[in-house]
Amino acid sequence: MIARNEKRPLLLANARVIDPSRDMDQRGDVLVADGVIKEAGKNIRSSGAPEGTEIIDVNGQVVAPGLIDMRAFIGEPGAEHRETLATASHAAAAGGVTTIICQPETDPPIDDPATVDFVLRRARDNAIVHIHPMAALTKGLEGNEMTEIGLLKAAGAIAFTEGAKSVMNANIFRRALTYARDFDALIVHHTEEQNLTGSGVMNAGEFASRLGLSGMPKAAETIMLERDIRLAEITGGRYHAASITCADSLDVLKRAKDRGLKVTASASINHLALNENDIGSYKTFLKVRPPLRVEADRAALAAAVAEGLIDVIMSDHDPQDVEVKRLPFAEAAFGAIGLETMLPVGLRLVHDGSMTLPALIRAMSTRPAELLELPGGTLRPGSPADIVVFDPDVPWVVNRELLKSRCTNTAFDEAKLTGRATHTIVAGRTVYEYV
Amino acid sequence: MRLPLMTTRSPSSFALAHRHLLGIEGLSPSDITGLLDLAEEFVDLNRQVQKKRTTLSGRTQINLFFEASTRTQSSFELAGKRLGADVMNMSIAFSSIRKGETLLDTALTLNAMHPDMIVVRHAASGAVELLSQKVECSVINAGDGAHEHPTQALLDALTIRRNKGKLNGLTVAICGDIAHSRVARSNIILLNTMGARVRVVAPSTLLPAGIERMGVEAHHDMREGLRNADIVMMLRLQRERMGGALIPSSREYFHYWGLDPAKLKFAKPDALVMHPGPMNRGVEIESSVADGAQSLIREQVEMGVAVRMAVLEALARNLPNA
Repeated sequence: MIARNEKRPLLLANARVIDPSRDMDQRGDVLVADGVIKEAGKNIRSSGAPEGTEIIDVNGQVVAPGLIDMRAFIGEPGAEHRETLATASHAAAAGGVTTIICQPETDPPIDDPATVDFVLRRARDNAIVHIHPMAALTKGLEGNEMTEIGLLKAAGAIAFTEGAKSVMNANIFRRALTYARDFDALIVHHTEEQNLTGSGVMNAGEFASRLGLSGMPKAAETIMLERDIRLAEITGGRYHAASITCADSLDVLKRAKDRGLKVTASASINHLALNENDIGSYKTFLKVRPPLRVEADRAALAAAVAEGLIDVIMSDHDPQDVEVKRLPFAEAAFGAIGLETMLPVGLRLVHDGSMTLPALIRAMSTRPAELLELPGGTLRPGSPADIVVFDPDVPWVVNRELLKSRCTNTAFDEAKLTGRATHTIVAGRTVYEYV
Repeated sequence: MRLPLMTTRSPSSFALAHRHLLGIEGLSPSDITGLLDLAEEFVDLNRQVQKKRTTLSGRTQINLFFEASTRTQSSFELAGKRLGADVMNMSIAFSSIRKGETLLDTALTLNAMHPDMIVVRHAASGAVELLSQKVECSVINAGDGAHEHPTQALLDALTIRRNKGKLNGLTVAICGDIAHSRVARSNIILLNTMGARVRVVAPSTLLPAGIERMGVEAHHDMREGLRNADIVMMLRLQRERMGGALIPSSREYFHYWGLDPAKLKFAKPDALVMHPGPMNRGVEIESSVADGAQSLIREQVEMGVAVRMAVLEALARNLPNA
């Protein structure tokens, strides 16, 4: 971490400034002072920056609003051996992520205003990026009784979710949506009909059959998504599908959006960049929930992000230690880390022509900010100076031992990637520099 | 029978042109006004040493309570006795239904005893109306499920009218568990019939579907719902609704929907507070409000006896051989 004098204004000069909130993609400079963005887009150097401004010539690199990762599992409190708020924040900073939304699957779960307060205070004192917790939708994440949505939101819970679980009882989920609407609270839901997925460990289909592994059918996701959307429609609640993975779900999502429902969705970077064949010979770091699907689904997801049908790309960062990953595939834990590699892997989708750079930034920053009602996701003057500077063309190779996360379970170990964050700025302070 | 000197009204001869009182639904504004005027006479009577009349002398009134109730049952018992009727209490919750007798068998059994009026409370909506079809006497609904509780709405109306001088044009906010409340339904119908503006204030999980179609404004934010209200009517929150099913906790419920002095300030300065009882202090209402200067809660109980006397008498005037 490089400490800088925060009082000193900072000029990021000679940049490609991308700000999806204003449909901006142009050559120019970005001026930061007092923790906020003063100007972005114009050629400021010629008109003169304030006296004493530190000038960084970024030499044509991209300057964009800092990324907001809507879905990261962090082990604090309760599983600090996997990840702490501090270690996660360093991984985030190295990946250009300036805001992490952490999930309530902790021990104890984040289902009480006091726990929200604990996480916010620990993050304030130890993390180098912003961290906001989502709170549990039901007490103890048990799917039975709704939590104190009003008091939790007042304490700082940014949305409500069951993490990587689904509320199987439709009436309980309906009541939670109804009640949450009174507080304009967003419900983020993992869509998995668990009776259908059973003990499945990967996508159901030919490849699972060849490997001799039990499968999780796509229908499990699509059925739950259909149910949720019907309930969102009758309750009027704000609903966000946590992780969409297949083309069938996209049809469902499109119909809901065409009807004007308050329904949005995320896809994880894993499902956008990988398919089930990448599991190869039982690579447990690619065992994720929901599972990786077939190539046609992956391609459909990427297209859906490009056209805005899928609103958000998230990392699904889920650190798991060696003890639970160095096991036979069926017995290994689900989850892969992703905070540090989300942007570089996302750039792969830009390089292969799946989407434009502004579309990628929109899905990783602007849309999450809008859905979560956060002040970031934009370079508009007056906004918090949460900024990523990245070189979209620098080649590098992922080495899991060099990643900042406390765990090494990356799905992209030894991957050759093109592009990465070079400066990460949070509230005007540079928290990461690539050297 | 002389009325106190303050009153110049002549004794009411109002008779209800119905055999039963099954609900507020179906009562005209003049029916309601007639019942309230008659009840006023009984308020005065009940404050005297000699509270007894003989207009129901020889009549038999059966209080048939399939659901336990202390307040309503004793109020009806006292009302009948003060009018001279023979009153019998049957708490079915502890008797023949346990032995497998159906509602209609019970009705036929009672009918054979030739009562003149039966006061019925039952946990199932519509049960009182069903019973009324099988007996030859008058039936008074003392609460059926989440449907109606007409005498509660009448006593609330009487309390309001005595304190505000009118019902027409007042803004009344009914707050709490609207979905499961027969008190709310009867009050909504009565107040709308009499020209008051009715709001309901509750979390969406405690509002029944389509409530706006009953002629009320629905609010989830209590401060908005109470803004400039003349009357704040709190409802009891059943304990079984707490703990996550429909609301997350009594702590959160009180924070957002419990009546405390801060929220009451959003109502008019002379707003009055009501509650049908029994109260959950610290859940739906703070003690300082329940016992405060703006509270009408104790007066409601007094009005209960008078209104039930009025209902019994107004129905009795229509009975054969009256």
